[in-house]
Amino acid sequence: MFKDLFHKRKYATIPSGQQPRTKPDIPEGLMSKCPKCGNIQFSKEIEKNLKVCTSCGHHFRLNAMERIAITLDEGRIEEFDADLESEDPLQFPGYAGKLEAQKKSSGLRDAVVTGHGAIGGLPVVAAFMSFDFFAGSMGSVVGEKITRAIEQAHARKLPVIIFSTSSGARMQESILSLMQMAKTSAALAKFQGDGGLYISVITDPTTGGVSASFAMLGDYILAEPGALVGFAGRVVIEQTIRQKLPDNFQTAEFNLQHGQLDKVVHRKEMKSILTKLLDMHAVKGDIAHGG
Amino acid sequence: MAGELPFEKPLSELRKKIEELKKFGAESGIDFTDEICRLEERCTHLQEKLYDELTPSQKMHLARHHSRPTSLDYIQTIFSDFIELHGDRLFADDLAIVGGLAKLNGIPVTVIGHQRGKDTKDNIARFFGSPHPEGFRKALRLMQQANKFNRPIVTFIDTKGAYPGNTAEERGQSEAIARNLREMAMFGVPIICVVIGEGGSGGALALGVGNRILMLENAIYSVISPNGAASILWKDASRADEAAAVMKITADDLVSFGIVEEIIAEPQGGAHRDLAVQAETIKEAVWRHLQELSGFSAEQLVVDRYEKFRKIGKFKSPSAQAEPAAEIIESAQV
Repeated sequence: MFKDLFHKRKYATIPSGQQPRTKPDIPEGLMSKCPKCGNIQFSKEIEKNLKVCTSCGHHFRLNAMERIAITLDEGRIEEFDADLESEDPLQFPGYAGKLEAQKKSSGLRDAVVTGHGAIGGLPVVAAFMSFDFFAGSMGSVVGEKITRAIEQAHARKLPVIIFSTSSGARMQESILSLMQMAKTSAALAKFQGDGGLYISVITDPTTGGVSASFAMLGDYILAEPGALVGFAGRVVIEQTIRQKLPDNFQTAEFNLQHGQLDKVVHRKEMKSILTKLLDMHAVKGDIAHGG
Repeated sequence: MAGELPFEKPLSELRKKIEELKKFGAESGIDFTDEICRLEERCTHLQEKLYDELTPSQKMHLARHHSRPTSLDYIQTIFSDFIELHGDRLFADDLAIVGGLAKLNGIPVTVIGHQRGKDTKDNIARFFGSPHPEGFRKALRLMQQANKFNRPIVTFIDTKGAYPGNTAEERGQSEAIARNLREMAMFGVPIICVVIGEGGSGGALALGVGNRILMLENAIYSVISPNGAASILWKDASRADEAAAVMKITADDLVSFGIVEEIIAEPQGGAHRDLAVQAETIKEAVWRHLQELSGFSAEQLVVDRYEKFRKIGKFKSPSAQAEPAAEIIESAQV
């Protein structure tokens, strides 16, 4: 009994979960921090700068709608296959619920928006992937929409431009996702074989099943500065070879150096480069389509 | 029993018991014939039950069995006059892929396959059957050659996936795989792919764009290895058995998705139990499919292959019946 009386408590107890931590009085989203240089700047400034850090030039990720807005004339797209939605063919645990959540948070039905528009007055079929939907992963819907877009371009004798960003094939649709790589590549084989022009624009990040299919099959392959481009993930490689990889590993610049890309293009220059490329393939006011 | 898998243990224990009883009977002169007959019957019954109802993860272990026949085993048994050809003419000869010319029932064909090693040393030389870009480019070179000389192409798929490494990335792993997918779509010769072990991801698909895809009964084919899936799903690569169950990776699953045309039966207990029998069943199936395709023109073969892959995918499109009205999005300027 006495022992208890003199027993000294080792720890002071603090009532938990009572007071919310006080936050600095800054409205949500007013300021943004650059993940690369750490510079804190007004979000509006960054947005005005096409979401490129005003201090170090880091390219923030754009979702499909933001990309359409800065790429197509008047930010206008006549969308194809807007109603296609993923099913849950494997009854994969948690997939159906996650799809719904992704639809709500991104406002998209799946990870790509495809359609018809113009760049510098020249008509194109374009596809815009969105990393904010399921990490841009390619399941049946992405594969189908990309394939249909290529087929549309073929039928209309228009060039195709695909802006890629993806973590790769969508695991929750397993083998069906894998086969989308073959499906999209086969559509390109036909289209390009008939003289169709395909420009691939790789944005951060593009890996796995998308980099190992249509993203690397462009007649011209452009990439944004600093974009991550590669097949296997950095962590997987480090675990396999047990070596530290260089800092610039799998960046657009690394790929350029190793001959995997045609050009690294700053976001501000992208539209004018695309316009020039399209223009150089235009014959008598029409876009070249070989066959 | 050499190379026995954990799930096969009850069977081998029963067999051991029968042997012991036989030995004891012979030594002691006591007649155990009835007993032995009963046990043998039980053994056959157990064997049938065990191998008829293999779970996806048990199949995965069979597909990865260290003594499971490899591409070279089949090439040497099924074909005659095999001449192995080497190199991509650009960088190196990747031993993770083997290929060359051979005759199938007297007809020249190009045969290509992923090649796992037979022992540790061989495995290191062959990168455990995981190709670098030069491997895929070697395969492409041989396929282009087949196309030029109008020879059918037979591929054997057996890889955990393309090699994940910095050298592979530097030399364009993505581009090498992508190019194979695109080029394979356009060849005007029959392409028959046989999944003999593990079909892992893009590294498998880079040899897998065929008019026909056949799959051994216990082979598996998936977008990511079950170990990889487990580490993403549950942050624990050791839960591969569970992942194998949810990922639909068996031959039956692939037939139900319309990806695989035919399942090739394996000897009871797996392909490694009887290479000669397995090679014969593969040969019969490959030959039958080649005969079916022999009447196709080059254009028909391309169309046939295109349509096979064009159909793959499951999605819903609520307004598919009516011609969907074009939706025009006027996105706000950033």
